Amino acid sequence: MEPGVNTVLHMRAVHAERGKQQVLSGMDLDVQAGEVCALMGVSGAGKSTALRAIAALQPFSRGSITVGACALRPGPVPAESRLRALRSQVGMVFQAHALFEHLTALENVMLSPVHVLGWPRARAESVARELLDSLGVASRADALPRQLSGGEAQRVAIARALALDPPLLLLDEPTSALDPARRSALGDTVRSLARSGRALLLATHDVEFAEAHVDRVAVLSRGMVVEQGPATDVLRSPRHAATRALLTAPVSE
Amino acid sequence: MRAGREAERRWRGATIVLVALLVACGGGAPSTTDGPPGAARSSSRSPLRWGGDAEGGAPFVEADPQHPDSMRGFDVEIAGLLARGLGREPRFMQVAYASIAPSVERGDFDVGLSGVEDRPELRARHALSLPYYEFREVLAVRPGDTARYRSLDDLTGRRVGTLGATLAYELLLDAQQRAGVVPVSYDDDVHPYSDLTAGRLDAVLLDHVIAERSLRRIGGFVIQPHVVATGHYVAVFARADSALRDSADVILRESMRDGTLEGIFRRWNVWDTSQASLAQRVLSQPAPSWATGEDATGGVARYLPALLKAALITLVLSVLAMASAVALGALVAAGRVYGPAPLRVLLTVYVEVMRGTPVLLQLFVIYYGLSGVVRLPAFLAAVIGLGLNYAAYESEIYRSALLAISRSQLEAAHTLGLSEWQILRLVRGPQALRLALAPMTNDFVALLKDSSLVSVITVVELTKQTAIYATNIGSWAVPGMICAALYLVLSLPLSRLAGVLEAKWSQA
Repeated sequence: MEPGVNTVLHMRAVHAERGKQQVLSGMDLDVQAGEVCALMGVSGAGKSTALRAIAALQPFSRGSITVGACALRPGPVPAESRLRALRSQVGMVFQAHALFEHLTALENVMLSPVHVLGWPRARAESVARELLDSLGVASRADALPRQLSGGEAQRVAIARALALDPPLLLLDEPTSALDPARRSALGDTVRSLARSGRALLLATHDVEFAEAHVDRVAVLSRGMVVEQGPATDVLRSPRHAATRALLTAPVSE
Repeated sequence: MRAGREAERRWRGATIVLVALLVACGGGAPSTTDGPPGAARSSSRSPLRWGGDAEGGAPFVEADPQHPDSMRGFDVEIAGLLARGLGREPRFMQVAYASIAPSVERGDFDVGLSGVEDRPELRARHALSLPYYEFREVLAVRPGDTARYRSLDDLTGRRVGTLGATLAYELLLDAQQRAGVVPVSYDDDVHPYSDLTAGRLDAVLLDHVIAERSLRRIGGFVIQPHVVATGHYVAVFARADSALRDSADVILRESMRDGTLEGIFRRWNVWDTSQASLAQRVLSQPAPSWATGEDATGGVARYLPALLKAALITLVLSVLAMASAVALGALVAAGRVYGPAPLRVLLTVYVEVMRGTPVLLQLFVIYYGLSGVVRLPAFLAAVIGLGLNYAAYESEIYRSALLAISRSQLEAAHTLGLSEWQILRLVRGPQALRLALAPMTNDFVALLKDSSLVSVITVVELTKQTAIYATNIGSWAVPGMICAALYLVLSLPLSRLAGVLEAKWSQA
């Protein structure tokens, strides 16, 4: 299947290893613009590896990954200088946020516009403040990461990942540290980001969240997508054993 | 104080026995080295412990090349002479030249004998014997300079080396004020002459005994006939031990009178006519005249400017060495974290060699060992030596700080499109610096103190200046306290800074 005009992420037959262990073994996945897609599976199914391969943080050995106009080839991760195009296509929100501890929330968001895009500080700052404002953390702009709550830190991390305005946003286990109210707020956030035309791919095993807030679910098992479709269909009438295992597994990790 | 009084009582008794013995055997016979073991008449007495510096070498005190366990030299024979006169066994104890007077005062041994110079400050604090030898301070110059440099006044702007904390060093300090001579202080009396022939110095001012010995051993220079000053060697006793000193004076006078002392000096080729006239002068004076010392006061006011200047040298040296260490250490750390495998191996070897060998050795190699290749000025060699050594320690701090920054921080920076260099400069470096700052500050305080080692390559910094002061007055109490206070003034603000930074950043 060729990627359609709205296809932001296109993965075909991706194989990846961690050490000698085969983690991805022929993974196919497409994510469209304006879509919130959850990549689900039990721990060790390969969700994080898939996200890291898309973000060119780890190599894959076979297959192809295309983000927008950017194609990644199998083999070692290219030098950072050859990944410029990809970096403006993919934003990533890490599970533990990974905010830069020595910089304020605002400075975290401003870092890439100033140093990668070469914007004047004033312009970068006004864009960063807008982003923080749109995520509801404008008042925390001058706080250091260690002064932020878990939910605030996540929203600053999202703002930072959006600073280069990437069409694809990856979120690794975004609900793992959130209480129910915050999960619902996060659901609203990803929904509104998708409405603005972005593609979102969430690695999660949070079934409740997926059912309530995502458009499509792709279930990963032993390195392959074994079942996918609209969230409600897949999660309410699972056809594959891996999906059923996911539904009966304890929610927390 | 109590120990001192007890010692005094003990020695009063010893004197009585001594006088009886002197009457019996007429001053004792000369001996070559340590007296024959187990001599019947001395077996019941405690040995006469005498301290000297075998590094000073012949003709004073040196390890016998045939029997490295025993000592020889004219001071060894004089110690034997004194012991024999006292009816005791001589027992040698090694002590650094600069510590002879303080050591005898604290009771490490009974008498110090190793070319100890007679000085008023020493007389004020310790019991000194009568002068047993007269030495002349003479200039040694390169053969081509004999016409130019006849006296200190000819050496304006020239570097003149000597042993630190000696009469000769004092003379050079005076000549510095008077004629702009540049004094260079050494910790030993061999390197001044080798540096003279190598062209690092223009002249050496030292005792003629030392100069003539070096001429025989090294050669390549000329001793000028002009006598810059004269001085005397004495034996030094604890202040409370004046009774023992008095007994020693009796023995020395007797040996001057009967020619025993002359025999010793002739054996060691250091006898000359001035020794005869010294003996004449000593014997013509009543006994107690040598015993009284002038009371040297106001030492602090005299030495304080020199100490302050030395503290400044310590500070400047430490700051420059630390700056080099920080810059080089950062490069080494970056090379070890980011560099290719061969570079990493090379840098690891550098770090391990620098950390695994004494900095003292490194300073020696850089200053003396490399002098055939590159003749570095002493201060520069000190900055380089300490800088290279501390760079190894700094690099380890930076390396572990860089490695302590979590992988997710670096990955997050990658996903934002920052280049490897930008990540180091904007994300990894600044965070690592916070981790490194407190240990760096501690290292700087350590460097401040380690800088005292550079006196071995002729840089007179705070500790060396204190040692000079202490040797001159024969006591460490006041100089030590002033020195400690100056080090604390330099290091306390830094220690506090380290504490504040640690407290501030450990909350993260």
